[in-house]
Amino acid sequence: MLGRLSLSAIPLDVPILVGTFIGVLIVGVAVLGLITYYGKWGYLWKEWFTTVDHKRLAVMYIVLALVALARGFADAIMMRTQLALAYAGNPGYLPPHHYDQIFSAHGTIMIFFLAMAFMTGLFNFIVPLQIGARDVAYPFLNNLSFWMTAVAFMLVNVSLFIGEFSQCGWLAYPPLSEMQFSPGVGVDYYIWAIQISGVGTLLTGVNFFVTIVKMRAPGMTWLKMPVFTWTAFCSSILIMATFPVLTVAVALLGLDRYFGMHFFTNDGGGNQMLYLNLIWAWGHPEVYILVLPAFGVFSEVVPAFSGKPLFGYKTMVYATCSIMVLSFLVWVHHFFTMGAGPDVNAFFGIATMIISIPTGVKLFNWLFTMYKGRIQYHACMYWAVGFMVVFTIGGMTGVMMAIPGSDFVLHNSLFLIAHFHNVIIGGVYFGYVCGMNFWAPKVLGFKMNEAWGIRAFWFWLVGFFFAFMPLYVLGFEGMTRRMNHYDNPAWHPWMLIAEVGAVLILFGVVCQLMQIFVSIRDCNKPENRDFTGDPWNGRTLEWSTSSPPPVYNYAIVPHVSSLDAYMHDKENGIDTRQAGAQYEAIHMPKNTAAGISAGAFALIFGFAAVWYIWWLAAIGLVGVIATIIARSANKDIDYYIPAEEVARIENEHTRKLMAQAAE
Amino acid sequence: MSNPNTSSSGESHGSVSSYLIGFVLAVILTVLSFGVVMSHSLAPTGTLAVLSVLALVQVLVHLHYFLHMGGGSEARWNNIAFVFTVAFVSILIVGTVFVMANTSMNMMSR
Repeated sequence: MLGRLSLSAIPLDVPILVGTFIGVLIVGVAVLGLITYYGKWGYLWKEWFTTVDHKRLAVMYIVLALVALARGFADAIMMRTQLALAYAGNPGYLPPHHYDQIFSAHGTIMIFFLAMAFMTGLFNFIVPLQIGARDVAYPFLNNLSFWMTAVAFMLVNVSLFIGEFSQCGWLAYPPLSEMQFSPGVGVDYYIWAIQISGVGTLLTGVNFFVTIVKMRAPGMTWLKMPVFTWTAFCSSILIMATFPVLTVAVALLGLDRYFGMHFFTNDGGGNQMLYLNLIWAWGHPEVYILVLPAFGVFSEVVPAFSGKPLFGYKTMVYATCSIMVLSFLVWVHHFFTMGAGPDVNAFFGIATMIISIPTGVKLFNWLFTMYKGRIQYHACMYWAVGFMVVFTIGGMTGVMMAIPGSDFVLHNSLFLIAHFHNVIIGGVYFGYVCGMNFWAPKVLGFKMNEAWGIRAFWFWLVGFFFAFMPLYVLGFEGMTRRMNHYDNPAWHPWMLIAEVGAVLILFGVVCQLMQIFVSIRDCNKPENRDFTGDPWNGRTLEWSTSSPPPVYNYAIVPHVSSLDAYMHDKENGIDTRQAGAQYEAIHMPKNTAAGISAGAFALIFGFAAVWYIWWLAAIGLVGVIATIIARSANKDIDYYIPAEEVARIENEHTRKLMAQAAE
Repeated sequence: MSNPNTSSSGESHGSVSSYLIGFVLAVILTVLSFGVVMSHSLAPTGTLAVLSVLALVQVLVHLHYFLHMGGGSEARWNNIAFVFTVAFVSILIVGTVFVMANTSMNMMSR
């Protein structure tokens, strides 16, 4: 009846988990209680959970990403603390079984649920506004994507309290992840979380590809498209091309585990090395999926705060596109030591070195944009400049590892860990946080607190160097990754320094939470309010509409005649909004509960499949399919905002603009 | 009132009869593939050759009847997308064969 599930699956013998569970329970009950007390369930349901508005979905994605950050960071600091303690006979406080789950969950959560969700949140908010569209191409799919990602994250967190999570690292290499060596439910949680969130990500890729191809404002030709939109476009293509590879690789692993097949087992003719090949054919493009939009953010932020157009727009576009294509040609550098000969390793090593060239072009473009500009050191610029320093170091250590000979020394050592945190924190995370600070006034209608933003930056930057530079040294000294305890006295001081770094980063995260809290508390102060919709003297279309934008984004779809369309209009005295023009009724998509319903059934399916509760899995699967069929048959999916209503909203905004100008 | 953002005009989405023809062809090709393998009527190399041809025809049937590749107002985007897909799949397949064959040879695992 309940498959493998029994009361013994609840880890009551692990005090850390029991404590966490009690904490989550208290916070959860408090949040749910407050929502009920203030009677906000109807509001949340109508305005948020069922919304198809890309701006609302963006906010939900970023909230999801911040929750994932909290979980992923808790894992990180636990690992660092374990390694600071577990030295010379001291086993530390995390036994291997628990420690292995923590590092697996940390990687999985940070990539799939922090970085991907944050990136999708930024896409959702900015891309339609930047191209002058009223929504994405498929608003319902957008909502469905969000719920698929959200329930996959819930599934990962359920594994904390019911059963266990994977102990096989964030990519679950066989043969360790096969049934023979991991008979528990951990890998199954991993498989279903990846598959469900993969559906969401793939749909997001399709959605933004079509949106950018089909829905750009009239006059916005390819080379008049803002760079952030270009990077979102290239990321979407990479998602469409590579996420199916991930889905297939993980599905084959699932077939091995569920049906006793032999794709990646040693016996029965399987080949575990093929899994590495397939997973990295996705995994390497994946890091470019994440970092390209961060490059896009800097390409918007640096010009805005340097008071100059972006230096070398076209080279930026070509560099983005070359990175997109080259990112398909480098995956073997993740497993030079697997046993391929010099032909293969030399090819992929050289390809890897080549990919650093367009990336270098981009760095010089940002530097030349700043050169002789009127630079304002806003919090966003701190993140941008910090990125340039940190990312360059990460890029150089990456090129070092691209040399197959040196990779044989450094492979799977802490040097590697230091390298990829160097590029993922310094590139992706700094980029997304920079983007959050930059676009927050557009999203919320008020600026984020700068002082706390700058404090967060310094803690993150300094903390980063303390936490990861020692790992480079440890890598050279031969310490491997995923080690639970060690007895080499030379390593211990470096691990202590790394622990200090982790604590500094903790302060950084706390400052970010403070920043959000203080910003919301002070949102009505006049210096924080943004009535103009253009707080930074922006260059691209999103700054031409009000903050927060009306549900339809643009009452009159703007006409684009040059790059940096809004700056062009401002310089030539053109009213991009065409205020007071003859407004027409606007066609909009209706909210729908189909996304959350499909998500709920997918969660039921995933949970049941993990525990072999087949009748419940059948209900979940049928539920997903039935929801989608019912949605497809529903004709009542759109409505019109009457012209008078549009005129009322627009005139209100014009009045505020006038009042602001009169002051 | 038509809206360029939400209308689904453009390339034809096919008719019931074209979908049925495609479906029947796909089923026939699938049955043939299984038949060749399960009947053991050919030598392994022969089976492999026949399977490859059937798979290629299957791909073409899908492209024509289900993905509506061919002429039409959207032909340019369809073709760019198709060329890109073929290029990516080729990189993946050729690259995988290159890597795995070299690894097997080097490690003497086959």
